[in-house]
Amino acid sequence: MWNLPEFKDNIAVVTEDGKKFSYGQLNDETEALAAFVPGRCLVFNFCSNTIGSLIGYVSFMNHGIVPLMLDEDIDRELLDNFLDLYKPDYLWLPSDKTTEFDGEIVYSSNGYSLLKRKDEHVYPLYGELALLLTTSGSTGSPKFVRQSYKNIKANTRSIVDYLKIDETERAITTLPMNYSYGLSIINTHLSVGATLLLTGKTLMQREFWTFFTREKATSFGGVPFTYEMLDKLMFFRRKMPSLRTMTQAGGKILPVLHKKFAEYAAKEGKHFVVMYGQTEATARMAYLPSDKALEKVGAIGLPIPGGKIELIDANGDKVESPETVGELVYTGDNVTLGYAFCGEDLGKGDDRGGVLHTGDMAKYDADGYFYIVGRKKRFLKIFGNRVNLDETERLIKTYYPDFECACTGTDDAMKIFITDETKLKEVQTFVADKTHLNFAAFHVEYIETIPKNDAGKTLYSELSK
Amino acid sequence: MTNEEKYTNAFCQAFDIDADIAKGLKFQSIEAWDSVGHMGLIAQLEDAFDIMLEPDDIVDLNSYEKGKEILAKYNVEFA
Repeated sequence: MWNLPEFKDNIAVVTEDGKKFSYGQLNDETEALAAFVPGRCLVFNFCSNTIGSLIGYVSFMNHGIVPLMLDEDIDRELLDNFLDLYKPDYLWLPSDKTTEFDGEIVYSSNGYSLLKRKDEHVYPLYGELALLLTTSGSTGSPKFVRQSYKNIKANTRSIVDYLKIDETERAITTLPMNYSYGLSIINTHLSVGATLLLTGKTLMQREFWTFFTREKATSFGGVPFTYEMLDKLMFFRRKMPSLRTMTQAGGKILPVLHKKFAEYAAKEGKHFVVMYGQTEATARMAYLPSDKALEKVGAIGLPIPGGKIELIDANGDKVESPETVGELVYTGDNVTLGYAFCGEDLGKGDDRGGVLHTGDMAKYDADGYFYIVGRKKRFLKIFGNRVNLDETERLIKTYYPDFECACTGTDDAMKIFITDETKLKEVQTFVADKTHLNFAAFHVEYIETIPKNDAGKTLYSELSK
Repeated sequence: MTNEEKYTNAFCQAFDIDADIAKGLKFQSIEAWDSVGHMGLIAQLEDAFDIMLEPDDIVDLNSYEKGKEILAKYNVEFA
């Protein structure tokens, strides 16, 4: 996947505590780890923005070992379900967590350990399968996106091309490594010999900004909520001499914030790039060139190099005129193989043939710039994470069979209606714990009965009133 | 309500916790106090005391105790 020795004297990683790793060192570390894995197999990679986590990811990808990427703090019950369904050969996890799992520690390095499980090659792995990622917010669903080596290479090449990433870039991490957008930043920077500034700190912490300034970060990425935080921190008042590029994805940014950041970038000679993607397309499908950021506020822009976007209307016909809404259908080498719901699915081939029906409703303007206007499927983006409303309902109903519930709402604010007024707080805590998202995004309300039609289908339009 | 109570109450509201847990809290010591929760806490504090926190103070406010020191700059006095 990456030719690390090619850039052996470049700095690949700077950690929070100032430790530097050259590409040569990263290569040595990843080779050392790979020597303990006898061959192609499945590994659960517990992700954090640390050197240990990164060594695992790079090592596995460079040696045909398939990592399934998880948040290191994943809910234990969900994790046990994943372990049961996928039966990985190894876990690569923070060393202080090894005692929580059965298995034998076969290698440790940089705060991470490789734990050999009792299972071996339980499920065959399709030859092109490279990586397994969740579709962001986990609602307990064991669904993973199957990404191929070709997918990742193609998307990496496109992103490097349109963002013009070169080896002088120093990207600071603001997103998790197990999140496709965060991972795409790692993939692109490693492919050109650039530097990653790895930190687990958030932009709400002094330590983040100290690290940013000290290590002269040139770029960061953010979901819509990231930009709300930057706005609150009066980012526009700051002089950020090292900063060159800010990217945004993971949901639709408020037009007022889009405008604010585009103006800031124009004034300070920086780039603000709004982008659009899905894990199902590896990461990226469209981007708004920074020189159009002010002119096209609210747009997702143009297809990435090598990709094609068409809009398909309700009759299945291609939209041929501007300002007409249709489902966004993307074609390109970065369209992933499909989903896995269990171990058997890891042997499956390419379900999509390079075409992705995104479920997003879009239109284009007279200049051919695309705009997302709605969604075909019932999901919300919560702090950049896709959370499916029907899955959330199922999750609640499974644990609380004694009352009814219905989920609706807007991005960053899910509304959960339940028919038991004594359980409001409990359900809020439950959903926050399971999705691993801040409880403030979940508003639980009591309703006497869930409105339904004669066929028993929930009338969500009634609930939104 | 005393300032102390108002201050503690802001934490309780922002993180959905009881007052006895609020004291001694640090950033990320509970799940609810992540960057999203921090935004909520700042909003609660600004509302409670009718102030606008400076960005430097927002990123320095990393514990229950530290917050009191910071609010002193905004003429919020704790007995």
